[in-house]
Amino acid sequence: MARIADLLMRPEPWSGLIMGNHALARAMIEAGTQVIATYPGSPTPEIAAALDAVPAAERPFYFEYSLNEKVALEVAAGASLNGHLSTAFFKSVGLNVASDALIQLPLMEMLGGMVVVLGDDPGANSSQNEQDNRHFSRMAYFPMFEPADPRETYAMYLAAARLSRELGFPFFLRMTTHVCHAKQVVDFGPRPAAAPDWTPRFDRANGPYIPIAATVHPLKRKALEKLEKVAHAAEASPFNTVLSPNGGAPAGVKRRGVISAAIPALAVLENLETGGQPVDLLKLGLSHPLPRHKILKFLEDHDEVFVVEELDRVMEGEIKALAWDAGARCRIHARTEIEDLQGEYDPRRTWNLLGRAWPDLFPPRRTQAPAVSVPPRLPQMCPGCGHRSAFFAIKHAIAPGTITVGDIGCHSLGAQPPDEMGEMIFCMGASPGLAAGLAMRNGTRKVVAFIGDSTLFHAGLPGLLNAILHDDDFTLVLLENGTTAMTGHQPRAGSGEIGDKIPLVAMFEALGVKLVKDVDTYKQAALAEALQEAMDHAGFAVVIARHPCMLKFVRDRRRRDPAYAVKQVAIDQELCDLSRVCVRDFGCPSFVAGEDGRVGIHPDLCIGDGSCIPTCPVGAIGRSRAGGGE
Amino acid sequence: MKPLNITLSGVGGQGIGLLAEVLARACLAAGHTVHGCDTHGLAQRGGIVVSQLRLGERFHTPRVPPGEADLVIALERLEAARAAATMLAEGGTVIYYDTVQQPIHVRMGEADYPDHARLEKAVAARKGRLERVHLEDLADARMQNVALLGRLAAVGAVEGVTSAVVRQALREVVPARALDANLEVFDKAGI
Repeated sequence: MARIADLLMRPEPWSGLIMGNHALARAMIEAGTQVIATYPGSPTPEIAAALDAVPAAERPFYFEYSLNEKVALEVAAGASLNGHLSTAFFKSVGLNVASDALIQLPLMEMLGGMVVVLGDDPGANSSQNEQDNRHFSRMAYFPMFEPADPRETYAMYLAAARLSRELGFPFFLRMTTHVCHAKQVVDFGPRPAAAPDWTPRFDRANGPYIPIAATVHPLKRKALEKLEKVAHAAEASPFNTVLSPNGGAPAGVKRRGVISAAIPALAVLENLETGGQPVDLLKLGLSHPLPRHKILKFLEDHDEVFVVEELDRVMEGEIKALAWDAGARCRIHARTEIEDLQGEYDPRRTWNLLGRAWPDLFPPRRTQAPAVSVPPRLPQMCPGCGHRSAFFAIKHAIAPGTITVGDIGCHSLGAQPPDEMGEMIFCMGASPGLAAGLAMRNGTRKVVAFIGDSTLFHAGLPGLLNAILHDDDFTLVLLENGTTAMTGHQPRAGSGEIGDKIPLVAMFEALGVKLVKDVDTYKQAALAEALQEAMDHAGFAVVIARHPCMLKFVRDRRRRDPAYAVKQVAIDQELCDLSRVCVRDFGCPSFVAGEDGRVGIHPDLCIGDGSCIPTCPVGAIGRSRAGGGE
Repeated sequence: MKPLNITLSGVGGQGIGLLAEVLARACLAAGHTVHGCDTHGLAQRGGIVVSQLRLGERFHTPRVPPGEADLVIALERLEAARAAATMLAEGGTVIYYDTVQQPIHVRMGEADYPDHARLEKAVAARKGRLERVHLEDLADARMQNVALLGRLAAVGAVEGVTSAVVRQALREVVPARALDANLEVFDKAGI
């Protein structure tokens, strides 16, 4: 298979089966995007992995993993001020982190153009909510493209980059999980032959760039005027188009239409092509600002129109306002139920939705109830995960009633059985602040907060400093695995992979933490002791619970040495007294609850880490004789 | 060519990404119009991984609606039962690798792992066909995905996706050093 880096850098046009994220990466290179920054987050990490796969010396672009989404946005924005086309991309909730800087962008003259790519997550496949970032486009005067598949992702990025550069105005490209991860054949164009021009062109004469009282209104006016220009472009945009796969309604029959965008629009198209209904579809791709005249014409041409959108009722209200102002006689149907505002839309859902208004054309399609029940399968920490060892030690060390606070990252899986450590999770970096509040004037219940290393640097530092300054009475456990594991092992600040390693103990001490402990999580007794000491300490304390990500460790070892064989553990069935601590309390997925009541080891899963060995009360777990000892 | 909805499922780490990529390329080479999608997210952490392929010109979206999968491909028995119960279309086919990864509730003794009868019942309820794949002497569990591909090609589960077509796709996707071992498993599972 041609490597993704080669595909991205191929000079001539080509075509191939490709996922949306990779189509986007190629589009960035074809558009001549010069500065690209991100913080990893699903559903977008494959964009970064593809760009990062291009050897640094060959890159016509600069790419970085930034510390967080706000910094990524600022880095990209600075480059645009210098005249370089730039892009920041991140997951849905990353926009919350970036929003303070984001909201200023449309006010500024973005000389080089800038496209902000969002990976929204309807269905909350891998996010803590399913927020609808179309709201941000309205709040920040930010025009928005909404691609529905990899082909449109490619084409719309090129269009957004061109318009953005022309207008000096930033654009959103809003992808969703199954646009990012969809695969189809895409036809690409050539890569620009010319080397990028890195001349710094910042000139304050292009501003003002200082938003103070006297300039804010002129800046806002300029943004709103640019938005009007985009609205004009939206009228003529080929991405905003009426599709009539079955022709219009015959004479004498009610004329019906659908207005939709992104994947729901394609789902409706699929309904019409398979069902044959004489219904027209106005499919929007450049969806903010709305093409008002095109929409009014569509409303005039139809007796009834259904607005089909995913997540919140965003377009619906705007379309109804247009209709009201114009005195349109068209009846507008929309989604009314709470469940309509949740989850992703597939062709089954759009069919049944349209059937509510038009049961004659879309008779209900029912989903058959499952004939058998199957147990759920929760995601879990990997075999050998240092976090499992840490949670096992900690849950047995803390007093009943202790409040445990979680954060984002692999360690959030500790909230599930059998550990149930981390009883609340808000957002990136929230645990130190939440813990401080929970510990406030709380003389009876101890508070322990968890945070991962990547998250600490992303958004945890202000909360950490705040806790130090106020000497809040809780213990922060830094679960240190040296990488951004959850999203696929991107480097994190100070991991040694980018920049110099940040010495964690020295950092905490320099900031003024009075008690800092640093323990390898596999040393469970030492970790329990360190935690006890930290919790007995009156005031703020830090325990670094350290172990490298074992998924990454084993994978790297296998890459270096294909013959690398693990020495799996084995259970001495004569010693085993069936306490089942290993399988039920420690909970490594490598343990198997046998039908005969015995406990076994799964040969495909055990990585031979041995972190389970100290957990057995009778010492029945050891290295397998077959694999030899350590 | 006849439109076909395919859903693939397994447990994170079983190699569904490679399986889906090879199958997508093979379908494309066989002349199908291909829409696919992978679900990533927490997949890497031993959760459920799902990938889907839709073959046909009238398909525009990548996800297979529940109860509309003509072909279910599963890398694990419980996930085969789950997909059969929720995704399988009437008269569809389930091809699964018969290995077991217990979810936490089973290991904690709070839920039963489905036996073969439960899987057979789920398939029978949709008047479907069940194809079990298991190689006693498989050297490396990471090749269970290729074993499934071998059987899929041998039974002609997807129009035009012959052994020769899949072998070519494997050559494009599998790293050179692992190719021979994978092709051997592919052939063996096809018998």
